[in-house]
Amino acid sequence: MAKDKTLQVTAFADHHVITQPNPLRKVLRRVTEKDIDDPVARAEKALAGLSGEFRNWMETEADRLSAAHAAILKQGFSDATRQELFRAAHDIKGDAATFGFPSAAAAAESLCRIIEHAPDLEEVPSDLITHHINAIQAIVRERTKLDTASVASALSRKLRGVADEYLAHANRDRPEHLEAILAPSIAPAD
Amino acid sequence: MFRIDFNKLRFLVCDDNPHMRRILRTLLHSFGAREVYESEDGATALEMYSHYVPDIVITDWSMPIFDGLELAQMIRQPESKGNPYAPIIMLTGHSEKRRVTVARDAGVTEFLAKPISAKGLYQRILNVVANPRPFIKTKTYFGPDRRRNTGTTYIGPERRVGGEMEVMQQPSLLDKARATI
Repeated sequence: MAKDKTLQVTAFADHHVITQPNPLRKVLRRVTEKDIDDPVARAEKALAGLSGEFRNWMETEADRLSAAHAAILKQGFSDATRQELFRAAHDIKGDAATFGFPSAAAAAESLCRIIEHAPDLEEVPSDLITHHINAIQAIVRERTKLDTASVASALSRKLRGVADEYLAHANRDRPEHLEAILAPSIAPAD
Repeated sequence: MFRIDFNKLRFLVCDDNPHMRRILRTLLHSFGAREVYESEDGATALEMYSHYVPDIVITDWSMPIFDGLELAQMIRQPESKGNPYAPIIMLTGHSEKRRVTVARDAGVTEFLAKPISAKGLYQRILNVVANPRPFIKTKTYFGPDRRRNTGTTYIGPERRVGGEMEVMQQPSLLDKARATI
């Protein structure tokens, strides 16, 4: 263990408990209730200032997903093509809601679940994957139309329902996957 | 009420997605941070960790070749010449409970599921600054105490052996400060 004189190590039967003076204590500062500085509000404002770029960023992410899908259509599933499709979908799952495209995030999450839990990706109906890719592209490209928010939400919910039905059936003899598929998400709700 | 002097903190951000790095940089600078170092993969992040000695690491999980989980495991080496104790905040699109457990067992200090929010990030940073947990070293684990509460009712196979003292209260700075009011 690293030698550090500030560490206090207490030994127990099967473990050690290591404590040290908080090295970050110096950055904590007490302020009065009248202090009007709000770092979270400041950060939200700065994030809003970036929002003009979000659409372009989202289109870049959607194009990356389509390129990953095109590589699979051309070369088939390999470790490399599968991982790139997963990473592209996973990035959209994580970023799209921040960029103002929550339905794209939902559709991408559904696609991630297929890639992660399908017993054999070669056996997954190709339309199921293609519909996810097309839906994400449509949600991103058609966002400016007034009625698309509810349509996008309905579309991603429908895709998720079909994907979950497929995964539940395909994993009926794989309880560890079935448990993961049915477990609730810990992601913050919209 | 407490505030963090972000200008005294040094951050290392590791995410392969340039858009997410930009968002993180924007949020941290808006909080007041001046020193934010960025890496797009785990291997570079590990080098930067040794070189810049950041106070807090914020890492994505899913990255090519050397991911955020491996980065956490490499930092949490008790025999390391570097600092194995720095808080690690895992910021990830993974949102399943089992992922949280895996990250926790790799020595991650806080878990933040995307989509990211300014409030969520601030709260995680405040928590690692104000409420540091003791570190536990066993044969198979080295990292922050995985117990978030001090209940003694758990009797499962992973129960640590060591008598009454094994449940250690670690009063937070906030609690200590409040007690002095």
